[in-house]
Amino acid sequence: MRLTITTDPEDVRGYSSPDPGEGELLGRLRAGDEEAFARLVDRHHAAMVRFARGYVRSPAVAEEVAQDAWLGLLRGLDRFEGRSSLRTWLFRIVANRAISAGLHERQHLPVDDSELEEDGGRFSQDGWWATPPVHWADEAVDRMVAPEQAARVRQLVEELPHAQRQVVTLRDVEGLPSADVCRILGISEGNQRVLLHRARARIRRHLEQEAVW
Amino acid sequence: MTTRNAKPDAHDITCRQAVSLMTDYLDDALGPDDRALMEAHLAECEGCAEHLRQIRITVAVTGRIREEDLAPAVRDDLMDLYRRWRRDRPAS
Repeated sequence: MRLTITTDPEDVRGYSSPDPGEGELLGRLRAGDEEAFARLVDRHHAAMVRFARGYVRSPAVAEEVAQDAWLGLLRGLDRFEGRSSLRTWLFRIVANRAISAGLHERQHLPVDDSELEEDGGRFSQDGWWATPPVHWADEAVDRMVAPEQAARVRQLVEELPHAQRQVVTLRDVEGLPSADVCRILGISEGNQRVLLHRARARIRRHLEQEAVW
Repeated sequence: MTTRNAKPDAHDITCRQAVSLMTDYLDDALGPDDRALMEAHLAECEGCAEHLRQIRITVAVTGRIREEDLAPAVRDDLMDLYRRWRRDRPAS
């Protein structure tokens, strides 16, 4: 049996019912239902490993951290009150595990002043466009969403400075809301947006090079 | 405030400022005044409007790099972990 289909995993994995909600799955998990655990793993594990990679470079260690976080979920099941989404809770555990294992280089995410002006050179001294943006947004959109592009952007995200990578992974890859990301990383909304802004600026520049060659 | 244009609202912030506020704008984190300034600027400045479109595409492309597929061995490991936990957990 193949387990590697993303579009409609229910058909392939032979689950007994259509996709249940989070609350239902947690209830079943508390009652000792193994299938509920499998479903949660399918939903969240890849994202947890991806997030852990922001703390640890080694894929094997990131995998261990994520596995350890599942154990943390199981042991803490009775404490989960559903005030945040399960994904936010799981990411929070991943962050804690990575830090407490001594694997995290820096607990705080400082703002790096050297990059305050990602797009600085593009403006005249009084703040207007020196060179107005080349138009590619409308023309290149099809090319931008091609699968090859995803591989390049994935690589680019990997190469971002640590703090930017954490924020852009949670916000734009995982699609978590701003408040959840601040809670997971323990940073302020303002700091978070500065980091997100820079990460997006870098990725945008890369896409521009791809679009306008 | 500058008087360079008949529609001064669009020039109350510079392009550099508009670009620096775009993440806050997309997060709906600007106060009402800043938001109005931003929208006036965007309505008049094709360069900044294009930049905003590019940022939106950037966000969309970044959202497509997820890989959800688990290798069967990884999944098996996790199910083993679950079974060990269930076997060992104290009866409640």
